[in-house]
Amino acid sequence: MANLSLKTLQDAVVESQIWKSIFRHGYAMNRRNRLLAITNNVFYHILPTKITKYGMRMRFHWGAGIMTFYLFMVLTFTGVLLMFYYVPTVPRAYYDMKDLQNVVPFGNILRNMHRYAAHAMVFMVMVHMARTFYTASYKPPREFNWVVGVILLKLTFLLSFSGYLLPWDQLAIWAVTVGTNMARATPLLGYEGPFSNLIGMKINNDIRFALLGGTTVGSATLLRFYVLHCIAFPIALTALLAVHFWRVRRDGYSGDVPIKG
Amino acid sequence: MARATDASAGEENVTRRRLFSFIGWGSFATFFGGITIASLRFFFPRILYEPLQEFVAGRPDDYQIGEVSTRMLKEQRVWVVRNEQGIYTLVAICTHLGCTPIWHPSEDRIKCPCHGSNFLRDGQNVAGPAPSPLYRAAISLDFAGNIIVDKGRKENLQGKRDQPPFFLPLKA
Repeated sequence: MANLSLKTLQDAVVESQIWKSIFRHGYAMNRRNRLLAITNNVFYHILPTKITKYGMRMRFHWGAGIMTFYLFMVLTFTGVLLMFYYVPTVPRAYYDMKDLQNVVPFGNILRNMHRYAAHAMVFMVMVHMARTFYTASYKPPREFNWVVGVILLKLTFLLSFSGYLLPWDQLAIWAVTVGTNMARATPLLGYEGPFSNLIGMKINNDIRFALLGGTTVGSATLLRFYVLHCIAFPIALTALLAVHFWRVRRDGYSGDVPIKG
Repeated sequence: MARATDASAGEENVTRRRLFSFIGWGSFATFFGGITIASLRFFFPRILYEPLQEFVAGRPDDYQIGEVSTRMLKEQRVWVVRNEQGIYTLVAICTHLGCTPIWHPSEDRIKCPCHGSNFLRDGQNVAGPAPSPLYRAAISLDFAGNIIVDKGRKENLQGKRDQPPFFLPLKA
């Protein structure tokens, strides 16, 4: 009986729209499905099968997504170069930033490229999402890619927020003080949030503490944000970006169907 | 029970395989589960190298009656206020989102530059988004007559904040 109900549950999950939007075919282990499992997997087969010329119209897709990707590549390149001079410690961070502006050859243009490309990337992500929304490109079969896109939006915000602390000037410290104080009020995970007392959240074990590495914005916060900004968030974003691109190509361009009239 | 022999025979055939499968996947789950839990715990250090919360704020004679003193503000982020009855401190952390408010003597107001919260000199929130009054830190005198302030103990409830240890009664 236990097996039967488990099977029912499994069927309910596997047959659901959410599951089917992520994993396109069932379990039957025949030759065709095995081949599909390869060609449909981003890590095995990144190339598209086909794109029509209708889907390539600039006036339809605006190129906002690919521009966001180019900005991400600019940010990766300039960011890696900045890492050669910037040391994320309290005595040095601000002065390293000033050295980059005033002393290091081409330092200022690199820093400015990184800063303005970061602002532009946040802006272009929003343009891209607005276009996707207004052309109804988020609708099935692309609903899962919309979800991936929303996570990418969050990661872009997190990258922007974590990078904002690194110059270690007044603006940075107070912006992050304000931003992380909002985390105090997270339901369950923040020590001032609803229901958090039920699981014993205090000032020294909640989500804000994990972000700050302490109870106030300090040297531990600077180091944590630096590691998150340079390692964790870019890797997560890159991995999801691969899935995002592959889904765009696999689901077909939403402009593939010519508009009549 | 009619199929009891079938079932037992079927189970016997896969017993060894299921055991190894259980041990194998169990090892995986234990290993990666352990790594996950350890990695999460790793982000909550046992010791913090943050500044001491307790400090000496001079002597009562250093503060005039009716004064909101900013002498400890830069180093300790507190105002020391003396009135007719005694001395109390106000922690200069806005109760909205944690910025440092500014004392405006000409307006007899404490205002936060970030989002515009206003506080009176007793810490009461009177305007802006701040949801509660400014905190008062515990204050006491040591045997030599120095004022000891402990920012680790804070109170902002009316009634409690006017009593020791959050208020230091002094004879004028």
